[in-house]
Amino acid sequence: MTGLLEVNNLKTAFISDDKTTQVVRGVSFAVNKGEIVGIVGESGCGKSVTSLSIMRLLKGTSGTIQDGEVRFHDQNLLDLSEQKMRKIRGNSMSMIFQDPMTSLNPVLKIGRQLMQGIMLHLKYPKEKARKYAVSMLESVGIPRAESIMNEYPHQLSGGMNQRVMIAMAMSCNPELLIADEPTTALDVTIQAQILELMKELREKQNTTILMITHDLGVVSEVCDRVIVMYAGRVVEEGKTAEVFENPKHPYTEGLIKSMPKIGQKQSRLYAIPGQVPDPANMPKGCKFAARCPHVMDICTEKEPDLIKDEEGRKHRCWLYQGEYEGGEKVDVKSSTGN
Amino acid sequence: MSETQITTDQTQFVETKQDSNFKRLLRSFKKNKLALYSLYVIILLLLIVIFGPWITPYDPQEANYDSILEAPSWQHLAGTDEFGKDVLSRLIVGARLSLGVGVSAVLLGAVAGTILGLISGFFGKWVDRVIMRICDILFAFPDLVLAIAMVAILGPGMKNVIIAIAFFSTPSFARIVRGETLEIKERLFIEAERSIGAKKSRIILRHVFPQTISTIIVYITMNIGGAIISAASLSFLGLGASPSSPEWGAMLSASRDYIGHAFHLIFFPGLAVFITVLVLNLFGDGLRDVLDPKTRD
Amino acid sequence: MTSNPVLEIKHIKKYFKISKGWFAEKKYVKAVDDVSFSIEKGRTASIVGESGCGKSTLARLVNGLIEADSGEIVFKGNDLTHKNEAVWRTFRQPMQMIFQDPYASLSPQMKIKDLVAEPLLIHYPKMSKAEIEKIVKETLDICGIGSQHLSKYPHQFSGGQRQRIGIARALVLRPELVILDEPVSALDVSVQAQILNLLKDLQEKFDLTYLFISHDLSVIDHISDDVAVMYLGNIVEISSRDTLFESPKHPYTQALLSSVPDKDPKLKRERIILKGEIPNAANPPSGCKFHTRCPFAMNVCKEVAPVMQTLDNGTQVACHLYQENQS
Repeated sequence: MTGLLEVNNLKTAFISDDKTTQVVRGVSFAVNKGEIVGIVGESGCGKSVTSLSIMRLLKGTSGTIQDGEVRFHDQNLLDLSEQKMRKIRGNSMSMIFQDPMTSLNPVLKIGRQLMQGIMLHLKYPKEKARKYAVSMLESVGIPRAESIMNEYPHQLSGGMNQRVMIAMAMSCNPELLIADEPTTALDVTIQAQILELMKELREKQNTTILMITHDLGVVSEVCDRVIVMYAGRVVEEGKTAEVFENPKHPYTEGLIKSMPKIGQKQSRLYAIPGQVPDPANMPKGCKFAARCPHVMDICTEKEPDLIKDEEGRKHRCWLYQGEYEGGEKVDVKSSTGN
Repeated sequence: MSETQITTDQTQFVETKQDSNFKRLLRSFKKNKLALYSLYVIILLLLIVIFGPWITPYDPQEANYDSILEAPSWQHLAGTDEFGKDVLSRLIVGARLSLGVGVSAVLLGAVAGTILGLISGFFGKWVDRVIMRICDILFAFPDLVLAIAMVAILGPGMKNVIIAIAFFSTPSFARIVRGETLEIKERLFIEAERSIGAKKSRIILRHVFPQTISTIIVYITMNIGGAIISAASLSFLGLGASPSSPEWGAMLSASRDYIGHAFHLIFFPGLAVFITVLVLNLFGDGLRDVLDPKTRD
Repeated sequence: MTSNPVLEIKHIKKYFKISKGWFAEKKYVKAVDDVSFSIEKGRTASIVGESGCGKSTLARLVNGLIEADSGEIVFKGNDLTHKNEAVWRTFRQPMQMIFQDPYASLSPQMKIKDLVAEPLLIHYPKMSKAEIEKIVKETLDICGIGSQHLSKYPHQFSGGQRQRIGIARALVLRPELVILDEPVSALDVSVQAQILNLLKDLQEKFDLTYLFISHDLSVIDHISDDVAVMYLGNIVEISSRDTLFESPKHPYTQALLSSVPDKDPKLKRERIILKGEIPNAANPPSGCKFHTRCPFAMNVCKEVAPVMQTLDNGTQVACHLYQENQS
């Protein structure tokens, strides 16, 4: 197995005048070539900051990478100079964001924005870059690509702009595409188109995709593997089908159960009680303990490790950690009153 | 499950860390030293305003013909004027007048401008157009010319100076508040208020106005300096306080004739105006950085 | 069952003018174009559609926040169309609205207790302070906000808690009809489930009628009794929830349903992926507005707008594919 991207013990914190708030607390995972891996979690779980840390795009925010390494092709991206990093960004690694309008320059024509990257990274002459840009737009399913080249972002719809973003991200044939909530701002019918497009990219060009999302539906639709994050940590990792079929961590289980499903007539939804803990004031022990239906004594005292079991699944929960013997299991509390 | 029993998944309370304006003010001022020092000077000025008459070294109105036009010395730190009155004592007493005129004029203008701005921004349409065109016309005159004209009509005197300055500061308040109102009016919670049946008057007073207060406060602070200068200018031109009063502008005006051989008569009142206006503006800047939603990051 | 609709909407229209410049031809966005439906007491009727379909405009028309150009809004037998603000205000007690964004819909400088007391102050100016406080506490408690938080400000709460406060504010007047404009779309999945459960409990407890607006089909499926699908200002299909989700008739409904990502990765359905974008609402296609993206488009679709008709299973649908069923 060749890990194209390996993240080891990544720690990122936001530092303000008087306090440091760690939002990514020792995250480790690997993405293999040609895979689509999803990082899923609710707002504040650190999934977006993880992706920004990988791309080293935290400049200009108060975010700082404190520790860890991000190995891409066996070089640690965190050691590279900003200049070298810039060469990697947009070349062998690119990123698309939730809101295409914030990442496209509103006063430049689509064509010009596309060609800039192509001329910079691929060193194509202008005419060739133009032709290539048009072909890129066509390949992401944009009709009348020639005329779109001369239009501005505000003249296009959200779905179109997201396609332009993908075309731009894909134009230099990156090996790794990081997509941060790429379909969250889009309507379902358009989301279906974009997800289809991403699957195609993988099939045709063997692009590796790291997908950051809060939507389990999107994960189950396109991802081979899923990483579940909670409170800045990975709590579960495994093949998508297996994780959805048989979630190990109570958080994953709660997340899956709390999503309403079409055609499944339940009078009440399972709801995870309580709230995500405040990152500035993390509880001791397992960060999910306060909301967990299976909470045990040890959970509030010591945080479990992320362990890999015999099936190759990873989870961070005392329920499965063999060495734990003492204590007693607290009754399963029904939190929905059903 | 019984019908009446409602199970609410009791949410545990999460105190989101967002400090109050006051805390942010203190924290930001810790970084912005100029604003902090300005605040100290302003507090000192306020103390002088309050306790002025009791802390003067001499009686400010007492003429002493033995020591006329004396240069600054240990006895008279800021010298004496043509009647032998102690300049420092006059400055201390005059702070009340000068600052008083500035503050009350701006407050008056702020009240009028805020009312007009709220009405103009909230109701829009022809009301807005009428109010804003009148403001445009007033903007077209240089402030001081307008004030001179006003005082010329109303007659000289401190009260009329206040009215004149309030009059020409009204349009700028109206404009600022109108801009804020236009923006707040479109926010979702205003629609939510309408959906529960709140009347317009309630929406304006309880929901729009509180949102504009911080901007208004900033703007008041920044305008007081200008108003003090205007008041001093009007007094200097003989349209404001009577020449014998210790108002700073009037003091400057009265000492015009002695500029050649008693420089301190011009220098100290000028310095008082200068420092007061400077600290008010610096403080206003600092305040804006904290309070004004537009400059907040 | 005797028909006893709480709310009846008949042929309601709202066009927004968009004319650029003085001499330009007057153009309109037909945000809501001839929409009719009704809601029975105690039921949840949902409107589903993608952005720009006019569902939020419809919610505001029903609540009188914007005035309809034509059509009728009949609430409990009272015709509210073209009535002035004062008349509407008297109906703002039995008809309440809950908004999408709990961060923006609460006046930021008011304490929670004042926010929830405000509707009472407006509608019952003579009510005593003690009584108001009692009702406020009770309502907040039902919505899951304990009385220890009464003196806090909205910014001290999380999104889910703020939405609970928004719900309490709507509920404090004990309304009959509650209009919910995307009430859970701004919330995380786990919180969304809490709020949906709360809404169901409240409906049962207070015998509420819901008009539920959402773009999320799985939420719609969970909460609704009846569903209307909107596309570019028109309702294209109305049906009971079960019928709609089991046998969608309109090609748009079919596509919409099949676009929802499956939560079960093993289940791979045949997917209808629509071609093209949602047309610009200012310049909608002729005939059936969906014909530009419809996989079954016929010639007649480009020219004639289909009329709404009722099928044998009770579904109302506006589509030429079912036109012959009528005769």
